[in-house]
Amino acid sequence: MQRIIKNGQLIDETWHLLPKDAAFDSLPNCDDIIVPLGLWVDHGPALKARDGGLGVWLDAGDEIEEIADQLDNFQVIALNFPAFTDGRHSSTAYLLRQRYGYKGEVRAIGDVLRDQLFAMQRCGFDAFALREDQDAESALLAFSEFSEVYQASSDQTLPLFRRRG
Amino acid sequence: MYVYDQYDQNIVDDRVKQFRDQTRRYLAGELGEAEFRPLRLQNGLYIQRFAPMLRIAVPYGLMSSTQVRMLAKIARDYDKGYAHISTRQNVQFNWPDLENVPQILAELATVQMHAIQTSGNCIRNTTTDQFAGVAKDEVVDPRPWCEIIRQWSTFHPEFSHLPRKFKIAVNGAVSDRAAIEVHDIGLEAVKNAAGELGFRVSVGGGLGRTPVVGSFINEFLPWQHLITYLDAILRVYNRYGRRDNKYKARIKILVKALTPEVFSERVNAEWAHLKDGPSTLTEAEIQRVAAHFTDPAYRELNDFSGELAELDAQHPGFARWRQRNTFAHKKPGYVAVTLSLKPTGVAPGDVTDKQLDVIADLADRYSFKEVRNSHNQNIILADVEQSRLFELWGELRDNGFATPNIGLLTDIICCPGGDFCSLANAKSLPIAEAIQRRFDDLDYLFDIGNLDLNISGCMNACGHHHVGHIGILGVDKKGQEFYQVSLGGSAGRDASLAQILGPSFAQEDMADVIEKIINVYVEQRNEEESFLDTYRRIGVDLFKERVYAANN
Repeated sequence: MQRIIKNGQLIDETWHLLPKDAAFDSLPNCDDIIVPLGLWVDHGPALKARDGGLGVWLDAGDEIEEIADQLDNFQVIALNFPAFTDGRHSSTAYLLRQRYGYKGEVRAIGDVLRDQLFAMQRCGFDAFALREDQDAESALLAFSEFSEVYQASSDQTLPLFRRRG
Repeated sequence: MYVYDQYDQNIVDDRVKQFRDQTRRYLAGELGEAEFRPLRLQNGLYIQRFAPMLRIAVPYGLMSSTQVRMLAKIARDYDKGYAHISTRQNVQFNWPDLENVPQILAELATVQMHAIQTSGNCIRNTTTDQFAGVAKDEVVDPRPWCEIIRQWSTFHPEFSHLPRKFKIAVNGAVSDRAAIEVHDIGLEAVKNAAGELGFRVSVGGGLGRTPVVGSFINEFLPWQHLITYLDAILRVYNRYGRRDNKYKARIKILVKALTPEVFSERVNAEWAHLKDGPSTLTEAEIQRVAAHFTDPAYRELNDFSGELAELDAQHPGFARWRQRNTFAHKKPGYVAVTLSLKPTGVAPGDVTDKQLDVIADLADRYSFKEVRNSHNQNIILADVEQSRLFELWGELRDNGFATPNIGLLTDIICCPGGDFCSLANAKSLPIAEAIQRRFDDLDYLFDIGNLDLNISGCMNACGHHHVGHIGILGVDKKGQEFYQVSLGGSAGRDASLAQILGPSFAQEDMADVIEKIINVYVEQRNEEESFLDTYRRIGVDLFKERVYAANN
C-alpha cells in the first residue's frame, strides 16, 4: 500500500486517485475517491450522493475559483504538480486556506519532491503524495529545515516583523 | 548598513545546512541532476564552461570591509584569485569546486552573506542606486526599503517556483541610477503633496530577448502597503504568467498580453483581499530597519573647493580623475569616489583578491568601513572627505583603480561572455578590450564624453546591451561569432531601447565599427551635446551609411 505524508507523519493511503479520463459509470459507491475536476463539474450531484468519501483534484492550470463556493463537498482537495518547478498551485493552496477558509486536506500530488516540502507546507498543504522514487522517511526531515521564516503565509499568519522580539 | 539579528542569522545558517545536505545527496547520487539544478541555481550555483560559477548576493550592492575581506579570502582559497562584480551588484566566482560550495557558504554566513536566490526562477537580489544615502538629488533613501523587500522575498514559500526569474529595483532620487524601468518591478520612492511617502510602481520592464520598458501601474502606493501590493503582483504573475515557453515567461509578456490596464486591474482585485492585512508594514518596522541606514559619524566640514581647484591646476591627471570618478555628496566636505574596475586589458568588473583586500583597507581608512558595488560593475567609496581626496587618488593609482573613465566609452558594462559562460553565443571580453585599446587617448575619450557602451555575449542580455547608448550583442551565425550593434538605448529616467543598426560584424572589425560611429557623432554633434542626444536628434541613418559604406 502506498504511504503518504499527512501532518508531518507517514500514513497509509486510503484514497483512490482517479485519472483525468475516469468515467463516471465505473465509480465504486463506497470507496474514498479523489475525482478530477471535470468529473465533478459534470456529475457533482451524483458524486455527492455516493456513500464513500469525496475529494477533487485540480491540474496545474485549473483555477480554484471554479469550485470556491463548493468546497464543503470535499474532504480532500488534491493539487497536481506536473513538474516540481511549476509553482502555480502554491498560490492555490494559499488561497484555499487563507481566502476560502478550507479546513479539509490539501494534498500535493504529481512531481512532489522532498526539497519543496518545507515551502509547500507553508503555503497550506498538509498532505503529500511523494513521487514514487522519493525516500519518504528522510523526506520528513524537510519540515524542520528552517527554524524561522520572514513572510506571512498559511502556516504563520504574521510576518516576522510583527513577531520580532 | 543592515546588521543581522538572531532571526536573520538563523535563517542564513539554516540555509547553509540545507544546501550542504542537498549537495551531499547530489554527490552521493541520491538527488538527480534535474532535481538538483533548481536547488543549486536558487543558491547562485551555475555549472559553467570550466567549473561551477557561484554568484554571491550583495543586497542592493552594499558591503562592509569585513565582507570584502571575506570575498578576498574566498577568491584566494577557492578560486584563482579573482572575483567579478556583476551587473546586478553581486559578486561572482568562476572557479570554485562544487564540493567546496557548502563550505564557502558557511564562511560567508559568518559575515552575514549568502548566495540565496541569486539565480533561478525566483525573486532575485533587489538593486538600487549605488549612491543611495549620499546623493544630493535623493528624495528618499531606498536602502531600508530594499532590505524590507530582501526579507520579504527571501524563501517566499509561494513564489519560489515562478514562471521565470524576477528582478526588482528601487530608486529614491531625481535621477534614476537604478534603471528601474527595465526591471520586472521598478519602484520609485516619492512623496505626495502632503509629504507622505509612497511608491510609483512600474511592472513588466526587462531586457533579455524581448526588451521592454515597464509600465507604471500605480502612481502612488502608500508605503504601508508595499508588501501586500508586491504579494498581489507576484500572485497574479505566479498564477497567470506563461510556463509553456521560457522565452515568453517573464512578467513583461503577461503585462503586454493583458495590457498594463487589465494587468493592473487584476493586481488591484487581488490586492483588495490583502490590503490592511497582517503584512501591512508598520512604522516600528520601518524605524527598526531605517535605524541601520542612518548617516555615519560625518564631521562638520566645509567644501574644499578652492584647495581642490589648486590641486587640479598642479596635477592634470588628478583633475581628470576628479572630473570623472567623483560624485557630489549631500554633506559639505565629502565626496563619493568610484574605483574604476575598467582599466584596459582587465575584464570589466574583475578584481583580484589582493585588490579586494586593498579596497577593504581603503574603506576602513577613508569611508566608514563600507563600499558599494554599482550595476556598472565598479566599486564606490561613498563617504570620502574632500581634504583627503588627493591622498586617496595616489593610493588608487598604486592599485590600479584610478582609470579616469567613469561614464566614458571605456567604462564598458560587459558580461563574462563566451570565455566563461556556457549560455553565451560569443565572446564579449575581447571586444571590450579591443575597443578600450582603440580609444586609449584620454583627451579624446573626455571629448567624447558620457557614453554607455554595453556588451552582452548572448541575447540573455546580462551586459544590458539594449540600454547602452551603444549596445553590442554577440550572435552565433553557423558556428561563427558575430556582433550586432545597436544605438540609442538608455537605462536612465528617459529609458529607451536601442535600435539595431543592421547586419552584424566580425570580431576583428568591431573596433573600427565603433570608431566610425564615434566619428559620426563628433562630426554631427552640437556644442556640449552628448552622444545619446545627438543620436536622438539625427537618427540612425548617418551612422548606418558610414558603418556600411563600401570603402571608407
